[in-house]
Amino acid sequence: MVKAKKIEYWRWPGGAWSNPDIDWQKRKFVTAGIDVGSVSSQAVLMVDGQLSSYSSTRTGYDSTKSAWTAMNMALNESNLKVDNIDYCIGTGYGRVNVPFAQQTITEITCHARGANFMYGPEIRTVLDTGGQDCKAIRCDERGKVTKFVMNDKCAAGTGRGMEVFADLIGVPVWEIGPRSFQIDKEPEMISSTCVVFAKSEVIGLLQEGRPENEIMAAYCAAMAHRITELLNRLGIEEKFAITGGIAKNEGVVKRLEKETKVKAMKTEWYDPNMRDKGLPFDTQIAGAIGAALFAFDMLESGKAKSIRKA
Amino acid sequence: MGGKNVHVVITNDGTILVKTETFSGIKKGEAAEQTYEKALKQGKLKQQDVARAVATGSSGKLVTFVDGVIPDASAAVKGVMKLIPSARTIIDVGAEEGKVMKISPQGKVLDFAINERCAAGTGTFVETMARVLEIPVEDIGKLSLTSTRSIPMNAQCAVFAETEIVSLIHQKVPKHDIARAVHDAIASRIGSLIRTVGQEDDIVMIGGLARNIGFTESLKRDIGAEVKVPDDPDYVSAFGAAVAATAGVI
Repeated sequence: MVKAKKIEYWRWPGGAWSNPDIDWQKRKFVTAGIDVGSVSSQAVLMVDGQLSSYSSTRTGYDSTKSAWTAMNMALNESNLKVDNIDYCIGTGYGRVNVPFAQQTITEITCHARGANFMYGPEIRTVLDTGGQDCKAIRCDERGKVTKFVMNDKCAAGTGRGMEVFADLIGVPVWEIGPRSFQIDKEPEMISSTCVVFAKSEVIGLLQEGRPENEIMAAYCAAMAHRITELLNRLGIEEKFAITGGIAKNEGVVKRLEKETKVKAMKTEWYDPNMRDKGLPFDTQIAGAIGAALFAFDMLESGKAKSIRKA
Repeated sequence: MGGKNVHVVITNDGTILVKTETFSGIKKGEAAEQTYEKALKQGKLKQQDVARAVATGSSGKLVTFVDGVIPDASAAVKGVMKLIPSARTIIDVGAEEGKVMKISPQGKVLDFAINERCAAGTGTFVETMARVLEIPVEDIGKLSLTSTRSIPMNAQCAVFAETEIVSLIHQKVPKHDIARAVHDAIASRIGSLIRTVGQEDDIVMIGGLARNIGFTESLKRDIGAEVKVPDDPDYVSAFGAAVAATAGVI
């Protein structure tokens, strides 16, 4: 008998990407940014401040190993070796566990800088929706943080909260957004704030025979509401953009836009120099981009020396 | 009528004749009826033998067959004052909420703190962590007493704590030490509720979590004071409702 494999509905696809038009051999500097979050890890490689390659993967129990996994994925994608890197900066919750980083910078600083690069200098409010936290950040035209508020104590309004829900309702996490709009009428949102209590509430709704899509809408709306509360504490100044995993969930994003009455900048971002090529991007790499940019700054300004071995 | 279980107590002149409980599930009103019938049967009683019935708890209003409903805080105070009249601070932690009341010698509530929004600091937290540890929830209290080491937990949130416990298991931290960490974490949440109202002896704890000796030991350490637990602490609020029914004050 074939044993059924447990489906992990929360599991989102990771991956790597590289820009084939960048020839790192001609570079002045290759810099790396690595963002080891509590749930996911990203590595970004930049050639003289241009995005060369990136990767995104799940953070395992060993964050050092996860940092290496992400880095190797990005390196393989662009045929680089770790010895080719001039300078590497670690960021994120697990930034101290990145053995190949020369320096660490907090993720809030890196996210603002990364969003500035991704969405342009007009960005003023960044919402970074992390795996186990959520931060609302205000920044200036250089991507410098001027003010921020965060929730890192409670799973409500975080990526992990959405994963828990996906697992409970048995729907792959990336399908929840689109399916939450396949409804007749927008339902009342889940009333429990706590994810654990929300789970009981969802089980109740399922037992009542409510349509799954409607429950997804109710959950997305509750999450949007929770995040809006955080944003209201900061106050949104336009332009506004969302980074992190939840930025990919339109079920939350659209309801958040409705509640805040502010449009988020398009979640599909293009490198300004490659706009016409329509290169895709990943909202989860903002922190790693920021870190790689700071690494480039350090070398350019002479504040740091290249450690390149090859 | 708690977040998870229904408790029924039938008394005669203040003495408990019958006590019974069931898991309330989703249809709490129906569960209340069934539990009540079960209690009557257990005590070989008929409906008309019961002079007055009073409901209480977070979903007390869902009970349709009673003569009245009283707030859970008032039921807790009535029950505790009957059992331990020297009580001045009452801690009541159930499956889905925790509250602390400071009361006068006459049983008047002087101050009050409640958590009903977050699973950290409720019985659900312990149940969730026991499941991760693969230990029956009845055993986790005793198990944690064998620990001599205190490991601080970073996570407050029950969802994050689950992940943290999985990683502690991976690090081969003994289960009894993790069990203690779980109880310490929840005790520090309840401890901060107690500090908002200010603790005064005697401190009495009721509710399902009071059955967990690992938790009460952690709480004693956290607040640096003795905590008294009456017999069948999870029935005290139902008993308090019976006290109200006896007195006829609804």
